[in-house]
Amino acid sequence: MSDGATIDGWACPAPLRDQPNIVMGHGGGGKLSAELVEHLFLPAFDNPHLDGLGDSAVLELPPGRISMSTDSFVVRPRVFPGGDIGELAVNGTVNDVAMAGATPLYVSVAFILEEGMPIDELAAIVQSMAKAAGEAGVQLVTGDTKVVDRGHGDGVYINTTGIGILRDDIDIHPRNVRPGDTIVVNGTIGDHGMAIMSVREGLEFESAIKSDTAALNHLVTALLDGGIDVRAMRDPTRGGLAATLNEIAVAAGVGVVVDERDLPVERAVAAACEMLGMDPFYVANEGKMVVFVPAAQADLTLEIMHANELGAKAVVIGEVVESHPGVVVAKTAIGATRVVDTQVGEQLPRIC
Amino acid sequence: MCLGIPGKVVETYDKDGVQMGKVDFDGIVKEICLSFVPDAEVGDYTIVHVGFGITKVDEASANETLALMKDMGMLAGELDANVALATEEAIAAGEAHP
Amino acid sequence: MKHLDEYRDPELARKLFDEIDKITTQHWVLMEVCGGQTHSIIRNGIDQLLNKNIELVHGPGCPVCVTPLDTIDKALAIAARDDVIFCSFGDMLRVPGSDEDLFQVKGGGGDIRIVYSPLDAFRIARENPDKQVVFFGIGFETTAPANAMAVYQAKQHGLTNFSMLVSHVLVPPAIRAILDSPVNRVQAFLAAGHVCSVMGYAEYVPIVEEYGVPIVVTGFEPLDVLEGIRKTVAQLESGVASADNAYPRAVSFEGNKAAQDLIADVFKTTDRNWRGIGMIPGSGWELSDRYADFDAALRFDVGDIDTQEPEICRSGEVLQGLIKPNECEAFGKECTPRKPLGATMVSSEGACAAYYTYGRFIEIEGASP
Repeated sequence: MSDGATIDGWACPAPLRDQPNIVMGHGGGGKLSAELVEHLFLPAFDNPHLDGLGDSAVLELPPGRISMSTDSFVVRPRVFPGGDIGELAVNGTVNDVAMAGATPLYVSVAFILEEGMPIDELAAIVQSMAKAAGEAGVQLVTGDTKVVDRGHGDGVYINTTGIGILRDDIDIHPRNVRPGDTIVVNGTIGDHGMAIMSVREGLEFESAIKSDTAALNHLVTALLDGGIDVRAMRDPTRGGLAATLNEIAVAAGVGVVVDERDLPVERAVAAACEMLGMDPFYVANEGKMVVFVPAAQADLTLEIMHANELGAKAVVIGEVVESHPGVVVAKTAIGATRVVDTQVGEQLPRIC
Repeated sequence: MCLGIPGKVVETYDKDGVQMGKVDFDGIVKEICLSFVPDAEVGDYTIVHVGFGITKVDEASANETLALMKDMGMLAGELDANVALATEEAIAAGEAHP
Repeated sequence: MKHLDEYRDPELARKLFDEIDKITTQHWVLMEVCGGQTHSIIRNGIDQLLNKNIELVHGPGCPVCVTPLDTIDKALAIAARDDVIFCSFGDMLRVPGSDEDLFQVKGGGGDIRIVYSPLDAFRIARENPDKQVVFFGIGFETTAPANAMAVYQAKQHGLTNFSMLVSHVLVPPAIRAILDSPVNRVQAFLAAGHVCSVMGYAEYVPIVEEYGVPIVVTGFEPLDVLEGIRKTVAQLESGVASADNAYPRAVSFEGNKAAQDLIADVFKTTDRNWRGIGMIPGSGWELSDRYADFDAALRFDVGDIDTQEPEICRSGEVLQGLIKPNECEAFGKECTPRKPLGATMVSSEGACAAYYTYGRFIEIEGASP
C-alpha cells in the first residue's frame, strides 16, 4: 500500500488493497469515500454525468412529463439464483417508471453499507448494477454512500430513484380500465419469490428456478409503439399477482375474473409452492407485468410480447367485468369460483 | 394438518446412521429423511411431510382409484369390466400383484 | 406433479359431483377433521358445487388453531430470551398469544427462525453450540414421527443445547369429544388422510362401532375429498357404518409401523387442553420420561404467565363445527386476518381464515358457476 498521503499515485483500480472491508470512513465524505467513488463507482457506472462529481447531476430532459419513482432494496440473501440485490435495485426502479408508460432515463443510487462488508462483494453488486443499467439503457448519474456500525446494517441496503419522460399522448392509469378489457401477463409467475426461497436458510432446496429480474421498459416501448391502447399496467412484485390485480380492481372500480388454469407457472415453481404450502398468486415477481388492454387488441398484444425475449410466454389470464367491483374472482381447477383477496403480510411456508 | 406431497426418490444414503435420500418434486430436489419408509427405493414415490417420507405411494392403488373414477356414471357391467381391464394392465406392467 | 395433478381433473370432479347427486336423498352433516381438507374444500370451491343436501362442517383439525393458549404464551416467553434460537414452522408465527405473537417477538429482537423440518432445528443446534435451540413441536399425529426423530437424534448425539416445546394433539379423542357433545350434529367423519398414513385407521373401528358413525379416510386433492364424501354418503344412505379408506394409495389399515414405534419411544399420552374447546383427556402427546431432558417447558422457567383469551372469540364453537365462521358476530369486523382474535382466524388452515380469505363474506354477484 502506498503511504496513503494522496490518491494521485494509485494505479490499481481496487481501492484500499490492504483493507478488504468497508470501514466507517467510507461513508465519511473524506478520502476513503472519495476512493470508493473514484475506484469503484465511477469506472463501473461510467457516464459523463457521474464523472462530473458534482453534488447533483444536471440533466437535460426531452419534452414531456416526468415520471419519478423510488424504491429501497433490502433482500436477503443478497445473491440468489438469477440475480443479486444490485440488479434488482436497478430493474425494480426502471420498471416502476416504465409502468406509467414513461421511458426511464436516469437513476440515482444510495448505499447504506455495514461496517465490515467485504469490498469485493460490493464491487460485484456494483458491476451487476452497471450491467443492468446498460441493458435497460439508463444511466446511474448520482449517488451517495453511508456506512453504519457493524451489526446495524445487514451488509448493504440500496435505494434507487429513477426518472423518465412520459410523452404527453400517453395516459396509463387504472381509471381507464373498463369491463370487457383483457388481462395479459408477459410470462410465468412466482419465479423470483421461489428463487429466493430456494436459498433461504431453513427452507433451501435444489432447483433450477431463477429470479426473473429484468428491465421491462423495452417491452413497454414495443407495446406502445405497436399501437396498443394500454389501459393500465403494473409489475406484480411483493404480494404477487393477487395484490396487483386487487389494487387495479379497487382503483378502477371494476371486477376482475381470472382462470387459475390459465395462470402460467413453471413446473418447478409450482412444485416448490406445493412443497412449502404457498400459492403462486401471492409470490413475488421481478420481471413481470400485468397489462390491461382492450379485448380487440388482445391478439396483437400477445403477438408483440411473443416477439420480445421478455414476453415469450405471455398469455391472457382473465378479463375485466362489471360485476363485483373491486373484487378479484378466480375460477378454480375444478370449475368453481373463489375470491382472491390480498394477503395480510408476507406469505409464510406452512405445514398444515 | 398435514401438507404432504408426493415426490420421487432419486437417491438413498445413510447420513450419521439415519436413512436419508434425495427426493425430486417435479424438478425441485430436497434432502428428505427416509427412515420411516425404509423399503423406498430409487424410482418409488413417497408422500413427504416436513422433510420426512411418511408413506410410499402405492401406484397400483392410485391407478385403480383413477380408473374407478373414470368409470363413474357407466353401467355396472361395464364398470366391472373396466376395473378388471385396468387391473390386468397394472399386473402386466408389474405395478400390482394378483 | 405426478400423483397430485391427476386428482385435480375437472372432468373427473364433475363425475364425482354427479355421482354424489345421484345417491343423495336426504340431508347429511359430515365433518372433515383436517384443516388441510378444509383449506382444499374452500380454496377449490368444492362446497359451492356440492349437492346442497350435504352439509360440510369444519372440524378442529388445525393443530395451529388448537395449540393451548398457555403453550403459545410459553413459546413467546422462551423465544424472547437472549440465549435462545427459537425454531418453528411458518404457521405458528402469527398465532396470537394472550398479548402478542412470534412475529412481534421477532420484531423485538427474538432470534426466531422458520424451518421446513424439525431436523433443520436439530442442525441449527449442532451449528450453534453456544445457544439454546428450541423447536416448537406442534402438530397432529402426522408430524409426530418427524418431531420424534429430531429429539431421538438429539439424544443419540448427546446434544445439551436442543429442546422441544411439545404440543401434539390426537384425532380419535377429538372425534369422541365431538360425538359426546350434547349439541353434536355430525353424522359422519372424513378422517385426516396423512394422520392415517402414519397411524393407519384401525383405531377408528372402535369409534365406528360405539357411535354407529361412518368414518372414511380421505385425502386432500379435490378428487380425493369428493371420493371421501361419496363413500361416506353412500354409507349414510344405506344405513351402514364402517371404517373405510378413500385414500388407499397413501393409507393402509395398520399405518406406518416404523413411525409408530418411534412415537411410542419418544412420546407418551397426556391430557391436553384444546384452545377454544377445553380439556380432552388422553388427547395429546408429550415427551416420555426417557426424553424428559429435552422438554423445553421444563428446561426454561418462564415464570407466571397470565393467559387470557378475548371473550368475544368463538373459535371453540367453530372448531367443534357448531357454528360457521361467518355466523360469529366478530367475523370480518373485530376479527380479521389482520387483527385476529383467535387462532382459527390466523392459521391459514383455520376455518375462519379460510372463509375470510376465500371471501365467503362477500356477496358475489354471478360468481356461482
